[in-house]
Amino acid sequence: MTGKALPLPLTGSGRKRSHRAHAIRFGISRLGVTLFAASMAMIFLLPLAYMILTSFKDSDQMTALNAPLWPAIQETYTAADGQAYTLYEVPTASGVQDLALEKPGRLTSTFIDPKTGQEVSWQGNWRSLSSVWSLEVKLDNFSTVLNVLNFPLLLRNTLIVSVLGTIGAVSSAVLVAFGFARFRIPGKDGLFLVLIMTIMLPFQVLLIPQYIGFRAVGWTGTLLPLIVPHFFANAYNVFLLRQYFLTLPRELDEAAQIDGASPLRILWSVIVPQAWPAIIAVSLFHFFFSWNDFFAPLVYLSGHADLFTMTVGLQAFSATYSRAGSGTLTQAGSLLAMLVPIAIFFVGQRAFMRGVVISGVEK
Amino acid sequence: MVIVEDKKSVHAPPPRRMSLARRETLEGLVFLSPWFIGLVVFTALPIIASLVLSFTNFNLLHPEDLRFIGLDNYIRMWNELLNNGNVGMSLGVTARFALMSVPLMICLALGLALLVNQKLLLGKPVFRTLFFMPVMIPLVASTIVWQGFLNGSTGWLAQILRSLGLPAPDWFADPAWALPGLVFLGIWGVGNMMLIFLAGLQGVPTELYEAVKVDGGGAWARFRHVTLPMISPVLFYNLLISIIGVSQYFTQAYVLDPGGTGNPGGSTYFYNLNLYKEGWSYSQMGYASALAWLMMLIVVVAAIVLFRTSARWVFYAGGAR
Repeated sequence: MTGKALPLPLTGSGRKRSHRAHAIRFGISRLGVTLFAASMAMIFLLPLAYMILTSFKDSDQMTALNAPLWPAIQETYTAADGQAYTLYEVPTASGVQDLALEKPGRLTSTFIDPKTGQEVSWQGNWRSLSSVWSLEVKLDNFSTVLNVLNFPLLLRNTLIVSVLGTIGAVSSAVLVAFGFARFRIPGKDGLFLVLIMTIMLPFQVLLIPQYIGFRAVGWTGTLLPLIVPHFFANAYNVFLLRQYFLTLPRELDEAAQIDGASPLRILWSVIVPQAWPAIIAVSLFHFFFSWNDFFAPLVYLSGHADLFTMTVGLQAFSATYSRAGSGTLTQAGSLLAMLVPIAIFFVGQRAFMRGVVISGVEK
Repeated sequence: MVIVEDKKSVHAPPPRRMSLARRETLEGLVFLSPWFIGLVVFTALPIIASLVLSFTNFNLLHPEDLRFIGLDNYIRMWNELLNNGNVGMSLGVTARFALMSVPLMICLALGLALLVNQKLLLGKPVFRTLFFMPVMIPLVASTIVWQGFLNGSTGWLAQILRSLGLPAPDWFADPAWALPGLVFLGIWGVGNMMLIFLAGLQGVPTELYEAVKVDGGGAWARFRHVTLPMISPVLFYNLLISIIGVSQYFTQAYVLDPGGTGNPGGSTYFYNLNLYKEGWSYSQMGYASALAWLMMLIVVVAAIVLFRTSARWVFYAGGAR
């Protein structure tokens, strides 16, 4: 920030200096605020960094002492007799050297110098030494997860549920929102109030009878309870779309009406083309909802591992493996499970975040 | 909500107009029908059914034994509440979690919203996206990530604390620290609230801030006398949503302890864990319906209290609504 940024005609040199001081102060506070936000963002991303680095690690590294944070393996030295010895960082008279531990002892240990191949005796507790690590990225965790977790199957089931559900949720919400936005119906305001109230309803009171009902028609153990109810217009989505439809000018639909277009035709060729931002937001809402949904798949798919969606599959996997291993496999599983939603979020984030705001603020 | 009457229809309308209006109503109802059918089948009937079920001994495995047992389920609930049985314990856990996490999350969300709304901040959209991103991670996955991150020996937070010479608890293995661990996990998903606060902040007219400046007020006065009253409706909305969120808390606790006992030591035995156990593990769906209604009542009472007090602290710039 220099005087160049100030277009004001400056006369006295005193004023010039004060402007420059102001600009410098502005620059410093700008830097300070940005650095503060960056450190907050670092804290937010730290667990993700943990997940990524851990999922490329060997599970031995998790419990090893003095192991680095990044994925690595202990370096070894293969002696002339064909045996491999672990390398340690040993402080000696001529500085710290990387030596291979041959005979560990409590007070004196014997090392081999990899450069000369000669034995060196060292006084001290070898357990206080740290071993030599070198970067080694392992993909074993991912191949294990892909096989044991049966990731392709989970992906397929989740895609079926989320894509069909999104089609149902969006098409039904568009129809209903159009009804609320454009038709004169006696008692419409009352109906709309009922719609808003259903947003507040806790899911617990609906869940048990819904479960009993789906069981009675033989739909438990199928994907249908996770898809079909979404074809009946979710209140949240209807609200968001209706708010958006109300902002669209009526002149265009009236013109189409005079031309003899049916309501469905008006919706399809006049309203929908103007409402893409809201429709995309609603689609993303439902897509992420079904990618995240846990309770419904848990109760409806229980005992049918071949139908598991990502969340229940990952949970079952974690329940088995989090105790056995030290978490490298479950972290790799989590990483795979969040790839699709995160990727889609980065593509559609503008529409999505605007949707969150519309449905949150305008109520 | 005012329905504006069409003036022309007051005078005896020609019959053709009448039929047009009726046709419009009918067409509109056709468009509303998907929602209306869903409302009846998936909302209204289940509500009635769950209320009725809560007065029965309905067991999913023995539906033939179904009979009305009056208030027995509610009496059992009352007893389990008084002697700190499953109901009392799980309500206690849920309430403790609400008291810890809701105020913290609201403050943090507001703080982050103020930060990403700062005119001094460079790269605002980047920070907005970064703070929001954890919301997009499926809860099961984010719980597993935090389970590892907060591990007492191999987790990074413990390692950071130890390297600073501080004691590090083993969060999800320690009854005293498991709920704070879940609060961390909740804070990670604060992005939704942050966005809603941010929209509220952006709606505050700048003239008001200038007025405070003219009156010689500083940053705190601007926040206390302009920002806070102007965003109070958003604050109210976020408060309501977070209360509903806590009342539905389940996934994170279930992933931490699939055995459903709220390990460690029952410290994460959330209300819905108990409901799931009674309803699905023990198939006692009559009793589980009563549990669901108790939670519904608590949420309704909390919402009413919130609405009642809101008149005192929520300020609608457009006047009464």
